[in-house]
Amino acid sequence: MTGLQDRLTPAQVEEFGRELDALRQRIVDDLGEEDVEYIRKIIKTQRALEVTGRGLLFAGFLPPAWLAGVAALSAAKILDNMEIGHNVMHGQYDWTRIPELSSQRFEWDTVAPAENWRHSHNYIHHTYTNIVDKDRDVGYGILRMDPAQKWHPYYLGNPVYATLLALLFQWGVMLHDLEVERVVKGERTWAENVPVLRRIVRKASRQIGKDYVLFPLLTGPLAPLTLLGNASANLVRNLWAFSIIFCGHFPADVESFTEEETENETRGQWYLRQILGSANITGGPLFHILSGNLSHQIEHHLFPDLPARRYPQIAGEVREICERYGLPYNTGPLYKQLWSVAKKIARLALPGKPGPAATVDPERQLRAA
Amino acid sequence: MTALLPRRVRGLVSLAEALLTPHGADRYLELVDPMLVRREIRGRVTAVRHQTPDTVTFTVRPSRAWQGFRAGQYVRMQVEIDGVRRTRCYSPCGAQGSDDLEFTVKADPNGLVSRHLQDTAVGAVVGLSPADGEFTLPSPRPDRIVLMSGGSGITPVLAMARTLVAEGHPGEIVFLHYSNTPADALYRAELAELAARHPGFRVVNAHTHARRGGDLHGLFSVAHLEKAAPWFREAETFLCGPAPLMAAARELFENEGLSAQLHTEEFAAAPLAFDTAAAEGRVRFARSGRECDNSGKPLLEQAEDAGLTPEHGCRMGICFSCTQLKTAGRVRNARTGEVSGEENEEIQLCVSVPVGDVEIDA
Repeated sequence: MTGLQDRLTPAQVEEFGRELDALRQRIVDDLGEEDVEYIRKIIKTQRALEVTGRGLLFAGFLPPAWLAGVAALSAAKILDNMEIGHNVMHGQYDWTRIPELSSQRFEWDTVAPAENWRHSHNYIHHTYTNIVDKDRDVGYGILRMDPAQKWHPYYLGNPVYATLLALLFQWGVMLHDLEVERVVKGERTWAENVPVLRRIVRKASRQIGKDYVLFPLLTGPLAPLTLLGNASANLVRNLWAFSIIFCGHFPADVESFTEEETENETRGQWYLRQILGSANITGGPLFHILSGNLSHQIEHHLFPDLPARRYPQIAGEVREICERYGLPYNTGPLYKQLWSVAKKIARLALPGKPGPAATVDPERQLRAA
Repeated sequence: MTALLPRRVRGLVSLAEALLTPHGADRYLELVDPMLVRREIRGRVTAVRHQTPDTVTFTVRPSRAWQGFRAGQYVRMQVEIDGVRRTRCYSPCGAQGSDDLEFTVKADPNGLVSRHLQDTAVGAVVGLSPADGEFTLPSPRPDRIVLMSGGSGITPVLAMARTLVAEGHPGEIVFLHYSNTPADALYRAELAELAARHPGFRVVNAHTHARRGGDLHGLFSVAHLEKAAPWFREAETFLCGPAPLMAAARELFENEGLSAQLHTEEFAAAPLAFDTAAAEGRVRFARSGRECDNSGKPLLEQAEDAGLTPEHGCRMGICFSCTQLKTAGRVRNARTGEVSGEENEEIQLCVSVPVGDVEIDA
């Protein structure tokens, strides 16, 4: 495999970085009322879906009402977590100075507290994207997602762990913030985890209280049905979020990196790593909204603080830049990316390499030179 | 607000909050009507008029959480311009205790918000803060009172005049107002009407750029004050206006040994001077982990340059929206020049300039 630093000449990588900086600046200069109107419209839709879903479950004794309620609530939770929560908490709307769109104040409808997640995701994952042993999203501390992770018989359970993680994704994300594997290794103390844990207990009890106690109780004799409905909506959201997120970094051909090759990175090199370490998913406008535009994972990793609605607008240009520099631009439909991730999870359960290593098309390299 | 509700209702409110976690009831209520919010204060514009070509006067009906104001105080008003929420301080100019709030805003040629507000329309919704500020009438009221203002600085002082008249103040009140020409004089008719209604209340119109059409002409002077209120030495004076008027009045009262009887409200602060060339040290924002070289600019700007978005309002040391805890180091207050190095001290980011290394809990 071509090393990260050998992809482009130092002059090329700096020029490449400048092009992306210019692209970013152009969008930043253009931000305005339309972006705020867009996110407000999504928020309004999310709230309406939520109220409708909760309301329909009061008529949950009718199977169509129950199903429609679960569907509306699932959609509400998906919108809340993906297009609203994830993006607002990235600071994409901090420029508006509107408190309810502030990354520091937003809290989302999932058990992982916003503050913990901002550290583990915004800082750790987005800074050290796909650097094995640094980016804790590589396998979430439970899976083997890269051949560079040393094999251990424990990983024979890789497909089982992945299935469980998909089913219980919100709990996985929540526990992820505790960085248990770093505590075990002695890189982090339990004392450092006290505030993290305190926030978890507080947030999780509110979420459980609402979905599994209060709303079921309010529906009286329908309590079991409501509880089941709420649990189903959480499950649908978990499966969806897991799928979108795992397709963002783990399909075949997406690269991972060593700490050594990423030392003293310049801004251009950081951009380069984000492109090589991310993958997009193709689809229609509704699909992009429901995925929080993480279907544009490449654009998101280049510019995590640009409003996500801008990613589809700039995707063509990013792809064109990649082509000019001979860089891959990993994209494909959801089923293809998911299949690719599933194969990787299964193969990496066993020791050894996962088949032929990704190589760069020599012709593209020539063109770039 | 919640404390005012009977216990059973309070129980329902907290149940609603628990059901609507994590976003809270306001985030749902505002979608039905922005004025339904419970925790925040908003105001709906109910009337708009233009007294002069470059000012707008509008009435705002505040939402439930509004708790009233004392004449002379200000509120932080928020409007959205091109997607960005902007905050500025304005003094309501109605009498203390009135249900609706009245604002008069003069367009500053370089002022983003004040120019935007000129197009305010009936039905518009603005964000409001609770009233704030120490520029208020003392209780009990002084017997003799001089109210003095220049230009749009009339607003807090007018609130005082209207309040005193509404209270039936038994003593003497003189309202000395400076404007460029008779055409620029705000609230001229209302003030004349107040004076006609209240025997102890007199209005003196002074024009700095006109020779006729008023009671006094030219810039503020001791002669003006002697003519308007010969007894000003025995009175309490409340003043709000442009910097030159404020400076002249301060000097006069100081020379007379009357500084303690002059109460002022600064609206347009004097431009602050920053020596960016001599800046040294590092600035650390502890909570966010950001760090940068001290650029010599106010900490609010340095925080923004570092990609942070601290809460703020007036950006000139008036409103205290940007107050944060300084955990280490020394800062100079750009308004007073005072250097302070106390540990764990609350400072206003917008007027505090680091002197060497500084750590802020932001």
